[in-house]
Amino acid sequence: MTEQLDAGLVGRQIAESDQLGDPKDGREVGRARRRKEDARLITGRTTWTDNIQLPGMLYVAFLRSPIAHARITRVDASAARARPGVVAALTGRDFADEQGSLPCAWPVSEDVVIPDHPPMASDEVRYVGEAVACVVATDRYKAVDALEAIEVDYEPLEAVLDMTEALAEGSPKVHEAGNQAFTWKFSGGDAEAAFRDAPVVIDRTYVQQRLIPTAMEPRAVVATTDGGSFTVYSATQIPHILRVMLALTTGIPEHRLRVIAPDVGGGFGSKLQVTAEEVLCLLLTRRLGKPVKWTESRSEGNLTVHHGRDQIQKISLAAERDGRIRGVRVDLLADMGAYLMLVTPGIPLLGAFMYNGIYKMDAYDFRCTGVFTTKMPTDAYRGAGRPEATFAIERTVDELAHELGMDPLEVRRRNWITHQEFPYATIAGLTYDSGNYEAATDRAMALLGYDKLRAEQADRRDRRDPVQLGIGVSTYTEMCGLAPSRVLGSLSYGAGGWEHAAVRVLPTGKVEVVTGSSAHGQGHETAWSQIAADALGVPFEDVSVLHGDTAIAPQGMDTYGSRSLVVGGIAVLRACEKVKAKAAELAAHLLEASPDDVEFSTGTFAVRGTSEGKTIQELALAAFAAHDLPEGFEPRLDAEVTFDPENFSFPHGTHLCAAEVDTETGMVRIRSYVAVDDVGHVVNPLIVEGQVHGGIAQGIAQALFEEAVYDSDGNLLTTTMADYLIPSAADLPDFVTDRTETPAASNPLGVKGVGEAGTIASTPAVVNAIVDALRPYGVNDVPMPCTPERVWRTLAGAAPPGSTAAGRGGAGESEGGER
Amino acid sequence: MIPATFDYIRPASLDEACHVLRDAGDSGDDVKVLAGGQSLLPLLRLRLAYPSALVDLGRLPGLRGVEDRGDHVFIGALTTHDEVLRSPVVREHVPLVAMATATVADPAVRHRGTFGGSLAHADPAGDLPAVALALDCVFIARSAEGEREIPAAEFFTDYLETALRPGEVLIGVRAPKLGADWGFHYEKFTRTAQAWAIVGVAAAVRSEGGDIAEARIGLTNMGPTPLRAQVAEEALRGLGVAHGNGGGPAPGSAPGSAPDGARDPVRDACGQAAEGASPPSDLHARPDYRAHLARVLTYRAVRAASA
Ligand SMILES: Cc1cc2nc3c(=O)[nH]c(=O)nc-3n(C[C@H](O)[C@H](O)[C@H](O)COP(=O)(O)OP(=O)(O)OC[C@H]3O[C@@H](n4cnc5c(N)ncnc54)[C@H](O)[C@@H]3O)c2cc1C
Repeated sequence: MTEQLDAGLVGRQIAESDQLGDPKDGREVGRARRRKEDARLITGRTTWTDNIQLPGMLYVAFLRSPIAHARITRVDASAARARPGVVAALTGRDFADEQGSLPCAWPVSEDVVIPDHPPMASDEVRYVGEAVACVVATDRYKAVDALEAIEVDYEPLEAVLDMTEALAEGSPKVHEAGNQAFTWKFSGGDAEAAFRDAPVVIDRTYVQQRLIPTAMEPRAVVATTDGGSFTVYSATQIPHILRVMLALTTGIPEHRLRVIAPDVGGGFGSKLQVTAEEVLCLLLTRRLGKPVKWTESRSEGNLTVHHGRDQIQKISLAAERDGRIRGVRVDLLADMGAYLMLVTPGIPLLGAFMYNGIYKMDAYDFRCTGVFTTKMPTDAYRGAGRPEATFAIERTVDELAHELGMDPLEVRRRNWITHQEFPYATIAGLTYDSGNYEAATDRAMALLGYDKLRAEQADRRDRRDPVQLGIGVSTYTEMCGLAPSRVLGSLSYGAGGWEHAAVRVLPTGKVEVVTGSSAHGQGHETAWSQIAADALGVPFEDVSVLHGDTAIAPQGMDTYGSRSLVVGGIAVLRACEKVKAKAAELAAHLLEASPDDVEFSTGTFAVRGTSEGKTIQELALAAFAAHDLPEGFEPRLDAEVTFDPENFSFPHGTHLCAAEVDTETGMVRIRSYVAVDDVGHVVNPLIVEGQVHGGIAQGIAQALFEEAVYDSDGNLLTTTMADYLIPSAADLPDFVTDRTETPAASNPLGVKGVGEAGTIASTPAVVNAIVDALRPYGVNDVPMPCTPERVWRTLAGAAPPGSTAAGRGGAGESEGGER
Repeated sequence: MIPATFDYIRPASLDEACHVLRDAGDSGDDVKVLAGGQSLLPLLRLRLAYPSALVDLGRLPGLRGVEDRGDHVFIGALTTHDEVLRSPVVREHVPLVAMATATVADPAVRHRGTFGGSLAHADPAGDLPAVALALDCVFIARSAEGEREIPAAEFFTDYLETALRPGEVLIGVRAPKLGADWGFHYEKFTRTAQAWAIVGVAAAVRSEGGDIAEARIGLTNMGPTPLRAQVAEEALRGLGVAHGNGGGPAPGSAPGSAPDGARDPVRDACGQAAEGASPPSDLHARPDYRAHLARVLTYRAVRAASA
């Protein structure tokens, strides 16, 4: 069955278009350019933060709490100071007057509690891994060795680990103010009415397990000073936001603070943060007058990189017997961990508008309670809120289909917004500008061979094959391109959602694009070059893209939320258009024509109807020489733009997963996976393909492999990659990918963003497939990650129709307790 | 991820190594032998071990390579997993070793990690200890006092502990050649492709006219040491393998029964594979699940080995 799938189809098309130098019209946008940054990144001829060596550099190591919750009664670092090579050994008290509190920029509600969050704890620790002391030494080895000489006395307090218990009367408290971080409500339509007398109501509870974002490059910070000003290098996604926040947190004036994100090896949201280590390294360089460096180990990272997801989702769906959805109610508990970090409380709210998915309904009701626990804080992780929402609705719609005895795709068809209905104002108050769910779904079904697989499934069921087959559906949409500033304002977010770009045509006609987006693996240097090359009519090779340094790209809102192309890329396009207008004015002047008569085509400004013209390169030189310019014309061919989007963008698509489940061992094997995504127009198909592949891999990882596990004392058990399982290529099937292209109506390129789509779509597709395979055994859910043991326990505990659970090995999920 | 300080010693000969180890033992130092470092270095880096010195055997002559010695194959302790895999002698005469080695970690680890290191480390989750046990290998140890042989059944004494005495180096292993009437299979169960076994089953089966004449079954990660599934081995003796259909329990039927409901005696015998085991509990599997896996995987391994 798999062999008939054309796994290589898209890949081949890409390779061909790259070789042929297509596209037909000579345009760069749409062309599968190899990424220009890759040679540098892949061969290591680049600067990762940890590669930076500065004269006199000192190395920092942090001592971290081994206890989830405790009062610190004594810290004695004096013995560490006597160790060889140690320059300083400092405790929370030493920083007390200068360290401030780590910022939370998203006070989501009136009732939000934002506890003080000292970068280094001095009185109380609230999660395992919280920094309590540090050593600064002449090399990294000495620093780590000296940590063992620091004595800390803890008076243990009760750990708070379970969200439901945390909210119960009498629970031990994480913070004085209690364990409720905030409540938040939202509704559209009349949910009471939708659920009253509803012929079908599906009630489900899903657990979004805690995940550890695992960027290939660990976090690293270098901080240095010349006495007057400060430079922080950090493996961050957000150099601009970090600069503002470091200034606000430490009181170092913003204009004397430069933040550089050198090449950064992935983030997935985990580097969208203002971390304790960044603040403390900055304070250390100020204190010691020397450059300092800290690089985390992988285990340290698993403990202290902010975690993702960790929600308990109660969802109810009311429907008619014909499958039409009347309404959806959602009640979330969201684990904040011990503190509110940069956008911690906002993450579940990014999903608040998405639990209705692609479906029409009369009513929608959403409520969320943020809960403090003694665990590492959670925050943005690829998809941030939308994967959770998509999972819940897509799982529940499959449950509805099962309840009604309908095909899961048929139920979706009866409810989804049809392509004629766009723009469509959803029950959650968003306006979906465009989409074509029918086209993506038809294509996906054809690519999977849907009907044939259903036939095979029926056959395996008949044969009682120990290996059962299931097909999982996920017809997702998501909101990305964060975000219209006024919308962010209405959600109490602390900043705007604009992006900045500057375009400079240099005297030799080469182009520099300065962007506020901060790529950390996405390929912006290539995509922005393609956009600029088309807009200015210059060769792709003639464009350089500068980013990630607040002294070079002074303004920006950085990269997250699939926002770079739809906001930052559009800013680049707009800046190019401004440059072009200037160039046209100069051309008209030099050609002694009226500006209205000057036409631009492939890099040349010509007088209409004549062969007379000036190339953009000639104009750049003329502007530089400035000998003969129009009245009031500044002698530069450059422009800046700050672009604020009017709407989010809404990628969508249909993902289908066929999974085999070995009912004897519980092992799940994905047999085929089809993703048809609609991300609007595509600037570079190769980059899109890469994002889709990585995204699907991460979503599958949540479904099958990844889970941060704390034990009953609040110790993280998954501190190494032997325990926290990340799939490798060998664990994943070939992905069959294709696209439909329904352009976004909200921006001139018609693009939608693709950074998170794969992750958002794929998790429910996989779990739906597993549940579908196991329906004959009476299974209607498997908790994530669907490990072999969980699948086996679910099977052993389930009561298959027409039999009793007795005599089935007695290994129900309840027995032995959940781990 | 930074080890505490330690001394590093690289002896030029096996004799010198043995003397260094004896002297260190005499002065009470905690000295460890370093082979491929693929198990030892992670322990050091996680600061789970603090040896005062490492004695690197890595470049010693004579401890590396595979030899056909008539009735057995000798595998030098320092032979890397990769070399074992590439050895035609191993593939032909002790295929079970090749089958298990192919599942060890990834190519990078297999280029450094050694056959002897895997056995001396005695991790019950390692793939080779169960194989050595199933094949009744003989371990050759050398110390300043001389050489001695240790049968596999006596080698693995406890979790990460062996019969090697302080000052002793494992120099190699004798793996008996089994005849053409033997079949082999290593069945490893993992969650991801390149991982330690949750459970592994090493099966060597001698068939006689469609019946199982003898089965030797080594279990990986079913207790503090690798184990032989003796009860299942006994129960399998004399059973016909032709009848089973390889199917699993149907929805609603008892585990162990074939899809058509008929009993399969081989499956029943393999249902005793976990007798006497004390499987560990960790994030990937609790003991009852491991026991279940051992039963299912033993059946699969035995069937494959006798096919
Ligand atoms: C990422 C990773 C994945 C792995 N996955 C697997 C797997 O799936 N299956 C598996 O079986 N193994 C796996 N391993 C372990 C690997 O097989 C190692 O090669 C093996 O465990 C140890 O061999 P070594 O040569 O590296 O020994 P070392 O690490 O050098 O030594 C291990 C121990 O044995 C002692 N020792 C070594 N050689 C001798 C000797 N000749 N005489 C006396 N004592 C000695 C050392 O003192 C030390 O205590 C993995 C390792 C890694 C790093």
